[in-house]
Amino acid sequence: MKFAVLVFPGSNCDIDMYHAIKDELGEEVEYVWHTATSLEGFDGVLVPGGFSYGDYLRCGAMANQSNIMTALKEFAGQGKPVLGVCNGFQILTEAGLLPGALIRNKNLKFMCRTVQLKVENNNSLFTNQYEAGEVINIPIAHGEGNYYCDEETLTELKANNQIAFTYEGENPNGSLADIAGIINKEGNVLGMMPHPERAANEIVGGADGLKLFKSIVKQWREQHVNN
Amino acid sequence: MSTTKFEPSPEQIKEQRLYADMGMTDAEFDLAIEKLGRIPNWTETGLFSVMWSEHCSYKKSKPVLRKFPTKGPQVLQGPGEGAGIVDIGDEQAVVFKMESHNHPSAIEPYQGAATGVGGIIRDVFSMGARPIAMLNSLRFGELKSARGKYLFEEVVAGIAGYGNCIGIPTVGGEIGFDPCYEGNPLVNAMCVGLIDHKDIQKGVAAGVGNTVMYVGAKTGRDGIHGATFSSEELTEDTEESRSAVQVGDPFMEKLLLEACLEVVKSDALVGIQDMGAAGLTSSSAEMASKAGTGVEMNLDLVPQRETNMTAYEMMLSESQERMLIVVKAGREEEIKAIFDKYDLDAVAVGRVTDDKMLRLIHNGEVVAEVLADALAEDAPVYNMPDAEPAYFAEYQAMENVEPKVVDYKETLTALLKAPTIASKEWVYDQYDYQVRTNTVVAPGSDAAVLRVRGTNKGLAMTTDCNSRYIYLDPTTGGKIAVAEAARNIVCSGGQPLAITDCLNFGNPERPEIFWQIQKSADGIAEACLALDAPVIGGNVSMYNERSGEAVYPTPTIGMVGLVKDLAHVTTQEVKAAGDVVYLIGETKTEFGGSELQKLVEGGISGKAPSIDLTVEAARQKAILEAIQAGLVQSAHDVSEGGVAVALAEKTFAANGLGLDITIPGSATTALFAESQSRFVLTVKEENAAAFEAFVKDATKIGSVTADATIKINGETGLLVEGTVEEFRSAWKGAIPCLLKSEA
Repeated sequence: MKFAVLVFPGSNCDIDMYHAIKDELGEEVEYVWHTATSLEGFDGVLVPGGFSYGDYLRCGAMANQSNIMTALKEFAGQGKPVLGVCNGFQILTEAGLLPGALIRNKNLKFMCRTVQLKVENNNSLFTNQYEAGEVINIPIAHGEGNYYCDEETLTELKANNQIAFTYEGENPNGSLADIAGIINKEGNVLGMMPHPERAANEIVGGADGLKLFKSIVKQWREQHVNN
Repeated sequence: MSTTKFEPSPEQIKEQRLYADMGMTDAEFDLAIEKLGRIPNWTETGLFSVMWSEHCSYKKSKPVLRKFPTKGPQVLQGPGEGAGIVDIGDEQAVVFKMESHNHPSAIEPYQGAATGVGGIIRDVFSMGARPIAMLNSLRFGELKSARGKYLFEEVVAGIAGYGNCIGIPTVGGEIGFDPCYEGNPLVNAMCVGLIDHKDIQKGVAAGVGNTVMYVGAKTGRDGIHGATFSSEELTEDTEESRSAVQVGDPFMEKLLLEACLEVVKSDALVGIQDMGAAGLTSSSAEMASKAGTGVEMNLDLVPQRETNMTAYEMMLSESQERMLIVVKAGREEEIKAIFDKYDLDAVAVGRVTDDKMLRLIHNGEVVAEVLADALAEDAPVYNMPDAEPAYFAEYQAMENVEPKVVDYKETLTALLKAPTIASKEWVYDQYDYQVRTNTVVAPGSDAAVLRVRGTNKGLAMTTDCNSRYIYLDPTTGGKIAVAEAARNIVCSGGQPLAITDCLNFGNPERPEIFWQIQKSADGIAEACLALDAPVIGGNVSMYNERSGEAVYPTPTIGMVGLVKDLAHVTTQEVKAAGDVVYLIGETKTEFGGSELQKLVEGGISGKAPSIDLTVEAARQKAILEAIQAGLVQSAHDVSEGGVAVALAEKTFAANGLGLDITIPGSATTALFAESQSRFVLTVKEENAAAFEAFVKDATKIGSVTADATIKINGETGLLVEGTVEEFRSAWKGAIPCLLKSEA
């Protein structure tokens, strides 16, 4: 399976995504600069964290104007897997690929710590390697990770089983319904504030995030190798 | 030489002593006239004044800096370039430097701290290195006043804002609190980078005819005379200097960083230097001076973000996120293409000449023509008079006595709540300490450890300085600062490699202050030799005074060590019930400058704790060997608050474990004395004999328990007993609690 890691000016977790895929997962991966217009040849796209365009104007808003976004929307429309982490999640909401928005943490400060997440839905292409209700440790590092959406959207997210992860125990940033990550209705786009790519090796930050990437690969293999 | 019509003429500058407003003395202006062979015009006076400021020329600290050992087989680049470089094997090297941004942070704490971070990062990537980690060393008042809290919160926010955005993890550091820093906080930022030997760059304008290019952000009027401002005392009027504080743009720097690291791979690049203090002036003059060449620049070509800027303003601007590079003639376009990718300016503004002059052209006329060496090398060097302050003899004559302690548990709790000792989680929670996923040991242990990707090695790093000891006895305190940094590296499983230092002092024109500078440098130099950790760079920050009150002498030490195998990485928290607890080192009645003395007596006095560097070096070696042999479960040095605090700290990150300890000697001394060269380690019972063979002066003082309580017995019976949770919550809640309390 071949992954693309999108790189916008100001992305800074691109290297972490790249190495999680290459070194820990052992799959193919390439950086794709924001000016590119095609995602042909890739089987999955990773939108990394960081501060695209310095978070100026509004987190993710400027990145959403990049050339690559047209290709990304097309790619997602074809049902192929797209994962956005942290700033990547913010970009996906700006792009309308996921509902809702990320607003400032309730304490108005950036926070970096490892938090517990509960796997709410283990039936997605991103979470099939986890047990339902499994509690995992994944780092967060964000200033604007407080998920918000209107009531109607929240009802829909729940009804469609689109909430992938919730914060277990303490909700660090004030997210609505403790939401840490959501999937689109079609099930092929995941956005999450916690960083699974930072939890892909025991020596740095634990390895609980690795199963997320393994889930993507498993689903892809089943679809492509067994056909 | 042309003079712009709105600027004073050379004669007016001389007669009206206008140079004095730029921080030049009469003698210095006369020297500038002598070097130039005529009276400098307005722009040239500006060039001399910034280049000859203490900040750029080290004119008052040079004789002190010469004391430091700067060589060793591991040193690839000592002081003099953007940052020092140390070999770590496998054709790789570590690049690091620490720098102060105290005065800007006192005036505008968010931007002052942020641009301090930005500046030191540029120093590291201008060497060609990829920055991999940031540390900092901060000093504030005791968080009692509204302004004190504001400075603390905003400095932390500024460091976080810049470091998080640019994507370099902030992995460690230290923060101290004392009333002496109330009006003049210290903000020292350290950056560590990694480089392949073949990519090492220098800031040289070599090769006559080569092209000088300006890259990065545009030049504005911000930060004009920042270097001069840093070289004066703060006063009540300093608020007006806000315009001398620059504004940082970490996004711009991220682009500049990535572009520069692409450019250093090109053989078209000849030299590269950050436009830091004194901006375009220092970078151009120093690059020419180092190469023995001249540089001619046409200022009309400099990218500007304000209109009608004069030559003087452009040359003295300290706008951030800019670099000056020298490129082989004819290859400008390929360099420009790299910067184009990041939407950055890269403009040919001049060329390298053979006449050793820094020549500036503006609006078609030559507006300045000065020998580059005169600016970069010929600043006067002052041997400042020193005098032993009266307090020193008085303190030295005092006997070592125990402060009075009634309730040991209450005292331990109070010490854990002292802001210098209390948990800094409130601070590092705001720093992204994991980005780039190399952080093996995160903030909160003795030293931070990062893996070197693609190898099995790690880098341990720390910043340390107990300025109370240095105030009481600068020579001894200087030794302790280096020794403590090394202890932190060793406890983490690393071999100390080298240090960078940030020498923060008061006004050097006062002989008592200069004495502090001299003596602490003696101590640092001696410890560097004893512990084989040469000084590879750093910075000097003087005039840290507010309305005549100097800060404690605070020469902060930043140290990096090599962890030869990641299996050696050791952290401070206890690991398993049943493990044996060892105290290593002798405990004496030493309370001068201690946290207990400050707590009980409200101030500090007496002798600093003594230190024997021979004992220190041998002990560190033995402990590192035991760690490398896999015999040590946890390691922590004994510092502020003594053994009791060190023991408590060992339980805070350990889930459900506790300690059962028995210590000999007078209870107050055994618990809280700050004698040096001591460690608390835990070892598996089955390894106890093997461990004792490595570390001969280790004393068994108890064991790790499974009951999450801390129990310390003395000769007279139980001294301290409490749950880990009660001590932890006191320690963890102290800083948030201070910030919330009414001023």
